Amino acid sequence: MGRYVIRRLLQMIPVFFGTTLLIFLMVNVMGDPIAGLCGDRRCDPATAAQLRAEFGLDKPVWQQYLTYMGNVFTGDFGTAFNGQKVTELMATAFPITIRLTLIAIVFEIVIGISLGVVTGLRRGRPVDTTVLVLTLVVISVPTFVTGLLLQLVLGVEWGIIKPSVSPQAPVNELLVPGLVLASVSLAYVTRLTRTSIAENARADYVRTATAKGLPRRRVVVRHLLRNSLIPVVTFIGTDVGALMGGAIVTERIFNIHGVGFQLYQGILRQNSQTVVGFVTILVLVFLAANLIVDLLYAVLDPRIRYA
Amino acid sequence: MPDLTKTAPVPDETKAPVADPSAVVKADKARSLWGDAWQDLRRNWYFVISAGLIVILLLITAFPGLFTSASPTTGDLVNHFLGKPELSKIGSPEWFGYDGQGRSVYARVIYGTRASVIVGVAVTLAVTLFGGLIGMLSGYFGGWIDALLSGFTNIFLGLPFLLGAMVVLQAFTDRSIWVVVFALAFLGWTQIARVMRGAVITIKQSDFVQAARALGASTPRILFRHILPNVMAPVIVVATISLGVYISAEATLSYLGLGLASPTVSWGMDISGGSAQIRVAQHILIYPSIMLSITVLAFIMLGEAVRNALDPKTR
Repeated sequence: MGRYVIRRLLQMIPVFFGTTLLIFLMVNVMGDPIAGLCGDRRCDPATAAQLRAEFGLDKPVWQQYLTYMGNVFTGDFGTAFNGQKVTELMATAFPITIRLTLIAIVFEIVIGISLGVVTGLRRGRPVDTTVLVLTLVVISVPTFVTGLLLQLVLGVEWGIIKPSVSPQAPVNELLVPGLVLASVSLAYVTRLTRTSIAENARADYVRTATAKGLPRRRVVVRHLLRNSLIPVVTFIGTDVGALMGGAIVTERIFNIHGVGFQLYQGILRQNSQTVVGFVTILVLVFLAANLIVDLLYAVLDPRIRYA
Repeated sequence: MPDLTKTAPVPDETKAPVADPSAVVKADKARSLWGDAWQDLRRNWYFVISAGLIVILLLITAFPGLFTSASPTTGDLVNHFLGKPELSKIGSPEWFGYDGQGRSVYARVIYGTRASVIVGVAVTLAVTLFGGLIGMLSGYFGGWIDALLSGFTNIFLGLPFLLGAMVVLQAFTDRSIWVVVFALAFLGWTQIARVMRGAVITIKQSDFVQAARALGASTPRILFRHILPNVMAPVIVVATISLGVYISAEATLSYLGLGLASPTVSWGMDISGGSAQIRVAQHILIYPSIMLSITVLAFIMLGEAVRNALDPKTR
């Protein structure tokens, strides 16, 4: 196990540097980092040259990348062009997005797995067909449409929720945005659980448990569910990174000032330090989530051993 | 398919991506995987509905003028906001009401189809060709080529899709359809590459591949004549489903203000405009949303149907 973890960590290093280099190049070579500094018009050449020198943008790109990475490893993510430290932005943005992501994952687990179990045990019945068609519809309606419609109905028409989340983003205001963020993954979790349950329901160990005279509830929860959840756990684990990166749309609709909001502002204003810094953290989250999922696999399924 | 007992009437004009004239033969003759799949598909109501919708969408894309006489870009300010939808006047410019500049929402919904469908199809073609090639080379050659190409794939996979596309798009000042296609394809090819790599690795050990090699077939011939036809099934399924996903992604980017730009008519932009007027005129938001969702649904349903037809396990 220990050796496996070390090998995986070593494999993550090139991916980490590759991905951060990619985003660095995309921001600094494809885009123009100082384009947003003079408002909507172009900077005059003298100011542009001065700004470039000030931010070290006149040096070759590889040198800029190395300097940047060197700073990142000492905890310095640079300064956004408005003078705020990127780490300060992160300190306010990440707690909000983590809260939103956790709420989304709770929805995925509670609603997704329950629906999956119910439909998986009643394969081919009306309940199953209905839920299956519903999941297709949820997957097909883009998140921003779901978000806008819920905001319109629940927030504007019925007044149940606040259409716009306050800056502190307390948990109760994040419930509906969390559901919107979770919606597509929730449908996938439902379908995955359904397939897995339906497959395992015919397994020998389930028949044995039933034959022993165990109550149906115990057979389903203790025997069937435990074995069926392995692919679901994998999906939810890898989804963590995707949810945090995909929160841009949800955060924009409900005006939540989290990671997605900062990234959106950063991209629109071509604020390269903010974009690269936040993406670096997201890449780390993505890699860590993948590693944890692979390790969990061995814990959940004793047949899998990592030498 | 969950519901194979219901047999829907099979319209002859339904087009299937795997249509093969020789496939429609009597049941007692030996049939190929594709022939079997086609037989399955014709009886599947998911397929019939989605294929019907897609035919209509393609018609709208090619000839939007057939469906509305109104112009999507010229408006009469007399109709500003006051033009609420008149649902009884099917097909007329006032059917879905008017937007803030007095343009017919119905005309905009019709003309918006073209951008979405073109982006979806073009991105899917691009990622299938590029991702498929990378995946095939990576899976077939293995060794250091695989290590290099897989590493390359993983690097692109680590970047959140929407985020990367936004960064690419921000670099362009005038964003045409093709710029959006490039941005989505730039980050979207990894999925197909992975699917293709996995499929090639499984198939390359087969006897027929060994036999072809033993007979002295060249590497390109083995790759394109022997391996490619046998790994098409999973790739077609993933490509069909992702077509819907790319249409949705284009609309999302346009909604965020980083996708298509006026004067191109796009559902995402109209939804974004409608969301600003959500309190006064909901119809500007709702009709493009419905049309967008139906389009994405059609392609995802088609992909599901094709998957069920091609996957022998579900038979």
